[in-house]
Amino acid sequence: MDGQTAGEDTQVTEDTWTVAGRTFRSRLIVGTGRYKDLEETGAAIEASGAEIVTVAVRRVNLSDPKAPMLQDYVDPKKYTYLPNTAGCFTAREAVRTLRLAREAGDWNLVKLEVLGPAPLLYPDMQGTFEAAAELIKDGFEVMVYCADDPLAAKRLEDMGCVAIMPLGAPIGSGLGLQNPAMLSMIKENITVPFLVDAGVGTASDAAIAMELGCDAVLLNSAIAHAKNPILMAKAMKHAVEAGRLAHLAGRMPRRMGADPSSPLSGLIR
Amino acid sequence: MPSTVTLTLNGESRAFHGPADGPLSVQGLLVQLELDTRKVAVERNEEIVPRSRYAETWLSSGDSLEIVHFIGGG
Repeated sequence: MDGQTAGEDTQVTEDTWTVAGRTFRSRLIVGTGRYKDLEETGAAIEASGAEIVTVAVRRVNLSDPKAPMLQDYVDPKKYTYLPNTAGCFTAREAVRTLRLAREAGDWNLVKLEVLGPAPLLYPDMQGTFEAAAELIKDGFEVMVYCADDPLAAKRLEDMGCVAIMPLGAPIGSGLGLQNPAMLSMIKENITVPFLVDAGVGTASDAAIAMELGCDAVLLNSAIAHAKNPILMAKAMKHAVEAGRLAHLAGRMPRRMGADPSSPLSGLIR
Repeated sequence: MPSTVTLTLNGESRAFHGPADGPLSVQGLLVQLELDTRKVAVERNEEIVPRSRYAETWLSSGDSLEIVHFIGGG
């Protein structure tokens, strides 16, 4: 990035990222789950500035068909819905879920996650590969949640996944990025968008992910489970922007020892 | 005399009456359930029913249907 002549604002406005041919300004993708109610969901998402939101696919409550729906609070015309496969433990369940999602939403950009058992819900890579192959063959554009495994990540990219999204820590753990070095090394070998998905606990975690060079960050619980979700949504928005700017700016080298900021000459004696 | 079909709907067995003049379609079922067809997706016997074919997809007893929509999720 040059941009020496461009004003800072101009540079930020033009700093977009593109996944599967769709271009976005916000580098924060947020989940829509685990909020107190749909009103809070809508307000937090608005505050986060996100343009993409993840959504789950579930059975309609037939005993209350007129109950308010997510679409009434998070407008699919305003936000890009990214259907997920949360709760799917096999490739078959994940593929079936996303076929339904495509029919419900009429779009093919999806988030694939095939999970191992609780309490870790760690990505099941065998199931993930199987589901990714099936979905790509069926015309889906697959953003894939995966282990922080450089070989698996590369293989998923080679298969045709449109974004690689390793975890920073287990889903909903809020532990922050446990694997920054590995994430950076995976990122080096990936050319499609690279996101950290899961593990972010607070704003600084999101900033670290962006400083590492991630194209975007995906999170849910860090906002939904904050004491004040709307305030945390705003914090995440700023953290992602700050981390991105720091990445573009390029951090100073680390040195073992001091290097004074003030001149050592001209001191009074 | 309207026909009666017994369906497994979202995991539960339920009986529905078809219209007087013929069998029950997916469209007819969604109307009876008061669901907004633009906000749901339907799978019959593990096959997606495209929205464009709701009116011509006939249901028979023993069919298993899943009717889903988007909810909050991470």
